[in-house]
This record gives sequence, structure tokens and C-alpha cells, in this order.
Amino acid sequence: MKNGSAYVSMRDITKIFGTVKATDNMNLDVTKGEIHALLGENGAGKSTLMNMLSGIYIPDSGHIFIDNKENRFTSPRDAIKAGVGMIHQHFKLVEVLTALDNILLGYNVGLFVNKRIQKEQINKIMEKFQLDVDLDKYVFDMSVGEKQTLEILKTLYRGARILILDEPTAVLTPQETVKLFKIMRRMKNQDCSVIFISHKMNEVMEIADRVTVLRKGRTIDTLIKENSNPQELTELMVGRPVDLSIKRIDKLTDKVVFKVRNLRADNEEKVEVLKGINFEMYQGEILGVAGIAGSGQKELCEALAGLYPIKEGEISFKGEDLAGKNPKEFITRGISMSFIPEDRLGMGLVANMDMVDNILLKQYHKSKGFLVKRKPAAEKAKEIIQKLDVITPGVHHPIKNLSGGNIQKVLLGRELDSHPELLITAYPVRGLDINTCLKIYDILNEEKKKGVSILYIAEDLDSLLGLCDRIMVISNGEVTGIVDARKATKEQLGLMMLGNKEVDNAD
Amino acid sequence: MQIRLVKKADIGTRRQTLIFLAAIFLALFTTGLFILFLGLNPIRVYISMINGAFGSAYRLEQTFVNAIPLIITSLGIAIAFRMKFWNIGAEGQIIMGAFFASYVALNHSDLSRPVLLSIMFLAGFIGGAIWGFIPAFFKAKWGTNETIITLMMNYVALKWIIYLQFGPWKDPSALGFPKIPNFAENAILPKLFGLHIGWIIALILVVLVYIFMNRSKKGFEIAVIGESINTARYAGINIFRTIILAMVLSGGICGIVGMIQTSGVNLTLSKEITGGVGYTAIITAWLGALKPHWIVLVSVLFAALIQGSSYIQSAFGLSAASAQLFQAIILFFVLGSEFFARYKVIFDWKSLSKAKEDRE
Repeated sequence: MKNGSAYVSMRDITKIFGTVKATDNMNLDVTKGEIHALLGENGAGKSTLMNMLSGIYIPDSGHIFIDNKENRFTSPRDAIKAGVGMIHQHFKLVEVLTALDNILLGYNVGLFVNKRIQKEQINKIMEKFQLDVDLDKYVFDMSVGEKQTLEILKTLYRGARILILDEPTAVLTPQETVKLFKIMRRMKNQDCSVIFISHKMNEVMEIADRVTVLRKGRTIDTLIKENSNPQELTELMVGRPVDLSIKRIDKLTDKVVFKVRNLRADNEEKVEVLKGINFEMYQGEILGVAGIAGSGQKELCEALAGLYPIKEGEISFKGEDLAGKNPKEFITRGISMSFIPEDRLGMGLVANMDMVDNILLKQYHKSKGFLVKRKPAAEKAKEIIQKLDVITPGVHHPIKNLSGGNIQKVLLGRELDSHPELLITAYPVRGLDINTCLKIYDILNEEKKKGVSILYIAEDLDSLLGLCDRIMVISNGEVTGIVDARKATKEQLGLMMLGNKEVDNAD
Repeated sequence: MQIRLVKKADIGTRRQTLIFLAAIFLALFTTGLFILFLGLNPIRVYISMINGAFGSAYRLEQTFVNAIPLIITSLGIAIAFRMKFWNIGAEGQIIMGAFFASYVALNHSDLSRPVLLSIMFLAGFIGGAIWGFIPAFFKAKWGTNETIITLMMNYVALKWIIYLQFGPWKDPSALGFPKIPNFAENAILPKLFGLHIGWIIALILVVLVYIFMNRSKKGFEIAVIGESINTARYAGINIFRTIILAMVLSGGICGIVGMIQTSGVNLTLSKEITGGVGYTAIITAWLGALKPHWIVLVSVLFAALIQGSSYIQSAFGLSAASAQLFQAIILFFVLGSEFFARYKVIFDWKSLSKAKEDRE
């Protein structure tokens, strides 16, 4: 922080979606040369507030001042003119163009583009902020980290002095995160303002100068990081004291129940996405799967659930080979294998249907006759509501109107109801608040105690290290190692996620 | 100035009804202006419209004769639409049902009446089902666009009937007039309470389709596929088979309409057999929210609208175009009201002043 007066000031910002107040008279002050963290759980209004600062949403009421001048943005173009640029979680890049083309795209509206002059200017910016981007590289050849750096460069080239980063580390390996933080510090030294949206406490503590905590659409407080601590920030964020530790229950047996041998699969473009995966799972253990987004996690899960065509390999569950069986055969044969898909509403549940029909989805095969029986499903629904504390106006309320956590509970409750012996969960806590996360971990531990083997795919290394017995790391469709979660470190996992084979600690 | 659209949260049934009634009122008002412009009294025209649709036993019968094909076709369309399979080929499916039924009627009139009619009924279903199966197969196998294919198949069916009417099936005793011979007495639907028994078929189908869509396993699978193919896959539903089944039923039910229209109304096959029902029913199926009981109500009202406007046409000496204009205006407002049920329009005057500032 170089000076006290605010460079960006958002005053009494309110935005209403339907009946939900996404932001309720929010306030935010950011000074020049500071890294300001926005901390809050999902639905706290972080992204909504920043989307208004970057001109994507228009506030229903309130004022935005930049450099003491009031602004009304009606499009991102207005915002960038005023010096505000946002890096979204999902990059806005054209894959088939080069870095340079992506930077120039849509910015210079003239008829001709003098790439040489532009390139010089871009190089100057790269030098100034010490960004490292190969301008002639195609975006589809880039890693996630490179794409992010390119996004930052693009935004800076367009004149941004205020940079908003929306959960930038969610897709990065620990090593890439370190690199990103270096870039952020350099921007700070160049007198830029950096707004960093996150819900990861340790990152906030590492990088931020000040922290503004948001909760349920309201600004709770702005604190100077040095004068605060994670416990206090978490309490402000959640609204009450919480115990953040994840419990781990010891693995029960050494009995192998599930074996995958040399599993290979191609995607639609005939590119091999699973390149000979080998692993086994014990009864009553949680096996974590770590990897950079898009390393084959989705394909692996779906292949194991019979939803993805496999080219070769063996999937044996208690000695029976399941390779090539379709999901219906899994269900009707009584093979207790439940799959909790990554995309809750896109695959696991039907958004427009109520809880009863969603539970029916996994039950109706079993009943005899031409008609469906909704009564047992309705009773199951009530049971799940009670057991997992699902908050819903009723069993006939469309699923899509529930919150993310409750949707996840419905999905989990339905899958656990079939008393699986093997549970495959993909990102079960993605987008959930801390309390619900902890609740989900408890549920998984409960199942583990019953002897269920759980394959737990996640992106958050902290939860992987805290919850799992072993962690399998995959990179680019290959297993780079399976490590003991009690001994592994984040750095070690990070290196393996990047493709370095690691045999240390494997058990 | 800036106009913004904001999506509303689910609004209650009461507000929805209110918006609907407002749309009807606005439609009547706008139509009223038009009638005034023609130099007539709108109130009198409206009263005689109602009179024309329900005012006598004969008019009532005509209204129901119009409503029957609308109801059944809407039911067929609703099954496909529930799966988000945009079957706009009801027209062709009706024609093919009519063609199959007519083939039986014209060639096997020696059979006893119940047997002949049963076979014609079955043939009508099969004809429509085949016309529904083809686009379903293409969609399920290769992911083709069902809208285009169902639409194109309407024309194939129509041209085929024209070919028959002007060619091989032309009645030799019609003195060169291009017309297919009338059905024998055996092949004509009997009447009950002054109305051909198509209305009984329609009511039975309403109940069956209701049970199928809301209570049966297959109906449930169709709804799941309509909501999300991925979820359907995940739940182990055989997507290929279900798409085919839904479209065979959808087309088959539309095919039954073809049989009823030839055997109960036109007493023969002609290229005008559908009277555009296949397209009109898309509207009634939507307005009935794809729910069988609502479809009945909407279809009867729609048939009354058609019947009423053709009555005022002769009563007030209006042109056919102006009667159609009334229908169009009412539809425009009712369908347009959907938009206001879903979105709120916000006029942002503040950014107007901002835009002015920018210019200065």
C-alpha cells in the first residue's frame, strides 16, 4: 500500500437476480499498488461484485469510482477503458490462434494491423512486468499456466491498471501458483491494483495486503492481513467458529477389491486420453486422485462406471471383469458400484425434476411392471432429507432451485442408498462452502468405516492430503505415481502432476 | 437509454393466469380496433363469434369435428416434445396414416365393418409410425437435425398423395376430376351422439397418453432424455431405443388422425386431408404445456376460434384473410405473453443521461 486514498471505490452496490440479493449494499476500497483479496464462500457475491466492476453486470444501484471519478460501465469495453481488466476462471482465448493474435483480436478495430509495431509494444509490457509469453505459440499448445499468463498480458496490453483475478489458482499446480504470485507482486510494484478472489485461506495469507471478507451478499469487514489470522478470517467468512481440520480414519483392511489393469481409452478425436492406467483399491480405503484439470480424470471415472468406451484393459471388481459392461448392467446385476459424476446437474441429476423423480432414476429399473412406483422413492427422499440435513421446501421441489451443497447431498444420498461397495466420486465438494465440505468428508468417512472403497477425485490438494489414505497422481492420461497421503507433500504432488514420475513413498 | 431483460424467478400460477388473461384482453382490444376500422361493432362481432362456435347443435358439432384432430395430433406431438425431439412432421405423419388407412379402405371394402375399421385404425397408426421412425432413426444413429428431416418428410408425404390423387388412384367415374374414390359404407366411422366416434378415440388417447407420460417407466425415460441425455446415459437408459419408441408412438398417434379424418370427415383421401392440423397442433401442444388434459381444453378453444371466425366471415361478409388475421392477433398476444411471464424488462434511463454526457 503506497497511499491511503482509494483508487477503486465501490459504494452501496446492490444487484438482484430474481428474488436473490446477490450483493446487498456492498462496499469495497482498493488502493494503488496493493493486492487486495476478496474472501468468501460460494454465493457470498465475490464474482458478482467483480463482474460489476469489470462491466459484465450492471449494478441495480450503487456507485463505482475509479480515481475519484464516477463510472457507469455498460460493457467490459467501458471497464477496460477505465483501466479495469478481469481474468476469468475460464479463459477467453481462441485456441486456434497464436498468443499475438489473441492479444490483438478485437482490440484494434482498424482495417490493417501492423503486427511488428504491436509486437514491440507487447514486448515492452512483457519486459516491464517480466511476463514470459511466446507470442507465436498457438493457444492450444499452451499449458494452463501459460494461458493464464497470456490472459494477464492481454489485459495489461489493453491498458488495465486494475486487475481482477477470479480464483486464478483453482486450475494451477503448486509450482504454477508460485509463478503467478510472482507476477502479481510485480504488478503491485508497478503500482497496479490487484484484486484476488479466493476461498483458499493459505493463499490469501501468502499474497494479500488487505482482505475484504464477504458473506451472503454483504461486506463483513476489510482487514489488514498482518493484523489478522486464518482463524479469524474463517470465522468472519463462515459467520461462526469452525474446526477446519479434516478427520482421517485409518484404513481398515488390506483386502484388494478393485483392480484396474492397463486401461486405455480414446476420445472422440481418436486421441488416447487414458494411456494404460494401473491401480488397485483396498476395502475400506479412500484413494485420492490428483491431477491438473483435464488430465484424464473425467474419462477415468466414466470408464470405471461403464460410461466411457474403453479400448483395452481390465477392470475387475471382486474378481469379475467389468470392462465393456454398460451402466444398466452395473445397476441390474447388483454390482454395488456408485458413481458420483463431476457434473452434478448435467449428469447425476435432472435439474428440472423434483427429488422424488431424481431418486426414482436409480430405482425404477428394479420394480416390476409397466408403471413407475413413486411412493417408495418419495419415502427415500424424506429419509435422505433427514439423514443428510438437506434443506429443501419439499420433496416435490425442482432440484435446480436447491443450493449446490444440497444438490450434492441429494446426489450423495441417492448413491449411498444403494449401499455401494465401491464409490467413485468426482469433485464432490466443488463449489461447496466449508461447512458442507466438512459434512461431505464426514459422510465419506462413515462409508469408509463400513468398508466401502472410495475413489476420491479432487482438485484441492489440502483435502486430498487430509482425507485420503493414498493419492494416485495422473498426468496426461498416465499414472505418475501412487503415494502415501500421510507422508506426501504438496510440492511432491505438484511435480508429479506435471508429469515427473515419482516412486518415493509409494506403498 | 438502455433496455435490459432480467430473468424472473418462477412465478406463481396466479400471476401466470393474470398475464394470460391480460394477453387475451389485449388481443381482443387490438382485434377490436381492426374491426372498428372495418366499420363494424366489435362487441357484436365477438358475440356472434361465440354464437358461431357454440350457438347450435350443428355449430357445436363442427367445432368438435375440428377439435378432434387437433387434440390427437397435439398428444402425439407432446410425446416427442417431452423428449425435446422437435417433431414438426405431424403433417406428414397424418398424411401417411391416412394413406395406409385408405389403402385398406379402398382395397378391402368386402370385410365386415368392425374388422375393416380396426385394420384401418392399425394401418393408420403404422403409416404414421413409419414416418416418425425414419427421422428418429437418423437422429439416434447419426445425430441429424430432426427439425429439418421431419419438415422435409411432410413434403414427401404430400407429393406422394398428390401423385396418387392425380394418377393411379384417380376415380375413373369422376369424369376426369382428380379425386380418389369415396370410401364404401363399411369404411366410414359410425356416429355416436351425432358425432363420429373419433371423439371417443380422442378421449381414450388422452387418458392413455396421460398415464404413459406421467406414470410409465418409458414415459419417465423419455422425460429424462428430454432433460439431459447425459443423465439418461448415466442412469443406464437405452437412448437409441427410447428415441425410436417415442417417435414411433408420436408418429403413430398422428397417423391415427389421418385414419379418422379420411374415414370420419372427408370419407376419402385427398391432398387437403390435414387442413394444416399438423402445424396448428404444434401451437396447441405448446399452449397446453404438453399436458394431455390442458391440450384438450386448448384444442377445443382453438377449434372454437377457427369455427367462430369462419362464421363471422359469412355473417359479416368479411374476407377469409381478415378472419385469419383475428386468429393471428390472438395467437400473437398469447404466445408473446410467455415472454413477459419469463422476463422483466427494465428501462434504464440513467444510462441515457450518461450517453448524452459522452456525446458532449
